[in-house]
Amino acid sequence: MTSQRQSPVYRSRLLQPASERQPDTHPLTWRLRDDGQVVDLKDYESKEGYCAVSQVLSAHDPQSVIAVMKEANVRGRGGAGFSAGLKWSLTMQGGDMPRGYIVCNADEMEPGTFKDRLLMEQQPHLLIEGMILAAFANNARYGYIFLRGEYVESARVLTQALAEARNAGWLGPDIAGSGFDFDIAVHTGAGRYICGEETALLNSLEGHRANPRAKPPFPGQSGAWGKPTVVNNVETLCNVPAVMLLGADWYQGLSGGRTKDGGTKLYGASGLVNRPGLWELPIGTTGQEILDRAEGLRDGRKLKAWLPGGASTGFLLPEHLELPLDFDTVGKEGSRLGTGLITVVTEDQSLVSLMRNLEEFFARESCGWCTPCRDGLPWTVKLLLGLERGEGEAGDVELLDKLAADCGPGLTFCAHAPGAAMPLQTALRHFRHEFEQGVHYPKGKAHADPIPVGQV
Amino acid sequence: MMKQTQPSNQQTLATDGFRLHPEDEAAMREEAGHYEQPQAACIEALKIVQRRHGWVPDGAIPAIARVLGVGPASVEGVATFYSLIFRQPVGRHVILVCDSSSCFLTGFDQLHQALSDQLGIGLGQTTADGRFTLLPVCCLGACDGGPAMMIDDDVYGPVGADELPGLLEDYS
Repeated sequence: MTSQRQSPVYRSRLLQPASERQPDTHPLTWRLRDDGQVVDLKDYESKEGYCAVSQVLSAHDPQSVIAVMKEANVRGRGGAGFSAGLKWSLTMQGGDMPRGYIVCNADEMEPGTFKDRLLMEQQPHLLIEGMILAAFANNARYGYIFLRGEYVESARVLTQALAEARNAGWLGPDIAGSGFDFDIAVHTGAGRYICGEETALLNSLEGHRANPRAKPPFPGQSGAWGKPTVVNNVETLCNVPAVMLLGADWYQGLSGGRTKDGGTKLYGASGLVNRPGLWELPIGTTGQEILDRAEGLRDGRKLKAWLPGGASTGFLLPEHLELPLDFDTVGKEGSRLGTGLITVVTEDQSLVSLMRNLEEFFARESCGWCTPCRDGLPWTVKLLLGLERGEGEAGDVELLDKLAADCGPGLTFCAHAPGAAMPLQTALRHFRHEFEQGVHYPKGKAHADPIPVGQV
Repeated sequence: MMKQTQPSNQQTLATDGFRLHPEDEAAMREEAGHYEQPQAACIEALKIVQRRHGWVPDGAIPAIARVLGVGPASVEGVATFYSLIFRQPVGRHVILVCDSSSCFLTGFDQLHQALSDQLGIGLGQTTADGRFTLLPVCCLGACDGGPAMMIDDDVYGPVGADELPGLLEDYS
């Protein structure tokens, strides 16, 4: 660019200075540079980089790595919160079982989530090291980083880092003299939120439409090309090197009594806050502390509701700000921790409009495989558009209840429909009056007709 | 016994005069080598064609199918599923404007309006001079910079409506 004018170029950044980030308290981010430049191989190696690979590949066996990961209870940071160690322990290996794949889910597309981008753009070697350890534990022969197509900078940085790692002998045959061989390729996608669903991701990796697969068989039994396959999120894999170096007890202790979950979490805040951003904090940090770090809401606005971890999580209220943000606590409040990056909704913002936006997203991104999702979500959008314009009909809010229930867990192949239902159900529970205000009184003639033919 | 002919739909399909560039064909074959089965290179093959032509012309579908040794319907099925594969011509620059929740809450409507006003087109359309195509996109992962958008490979955010004219100037 030749002009002198400042363009609003977006840069991923962590809002914590290096002085706050220490190796034993900030395993994910302590190596990040204050200037935001990439931690390259030399820099990474000077900061204990690949130490875990050297130690583990020479002194451990796969089962002992899995045992440490199980004990540390690193819960899946993509949002599901399933123990990575437990997942690994279910991977088929040994005997006649062919060596399979490690697939890193780098398809970050959950609305409100911008954490994996930072890890990939600024610190690619931590992810690569985590993948090598995961491959060793699961006897994988090859790894893929399934990266969303729009993350152009991540693709550039990762490709360069993979070449660096290969040249230094951290990838390829006989890694660090251990006899273990493994390599990684970057696989870039071409859009569609559903690719982040573990089994849809495998179909996409194989070059098909990203429709989810029935489970069982689980990917650990039969994944990519029918081989045992482990799919883990970027942040989950980035936790592995420190867990292997410092141990399960250390990892468990990181949350410091806030919760029974262990480790740290990349938390973030977006929406109308003064300082939207990203921080590595102990898991179990409260929503209030995150909001404080974001320096509160803009222009003295008041908080109405918040999503704890993306579009597919349920709405929480201001009174929930004091709760520790961990998987179980948030689950008990009828929501999910999800990705842990909170989205705030202020008093002056319409829940009906936001819900319409969210359901437009889920309707557009449905792969179309299951009826409640393919047909129910556009219907939901239609009803919400009517309510938003004040043209809703009596019975519309109850119909939304029903459509959301039809998208509940277990009624479709994957978690897309339940993900669309959860924010709607919680919004209807907490803010029903807003939806009811959109119903037109007296009743429109259209509703007398059994076929819904409103003006929408 | 009747003489059976081999199924030969790949040979008889019209390619509308489309010719795969030899470099592109080589790149596709190399991509296919990264996977157990060549079908896996399908999305990348479509992207290779798109990088050269700006979009995926009809004739490219059977051409890719031939290179990968898969059916054309399978390639077309993939091409029409993914939102970043364009099966119609697009402008020289593609603007992806994020319409997901965080950007919705921080000014998507205003940004969308300003883009539409300035370009004279709506979402899914291309300017008459073929310079810009405007498309909505899933959360860009730039929520701390909402409202956000991408122009080609560049991410911008937060983008104020008043900053748009200067920003668009850089893309001729």
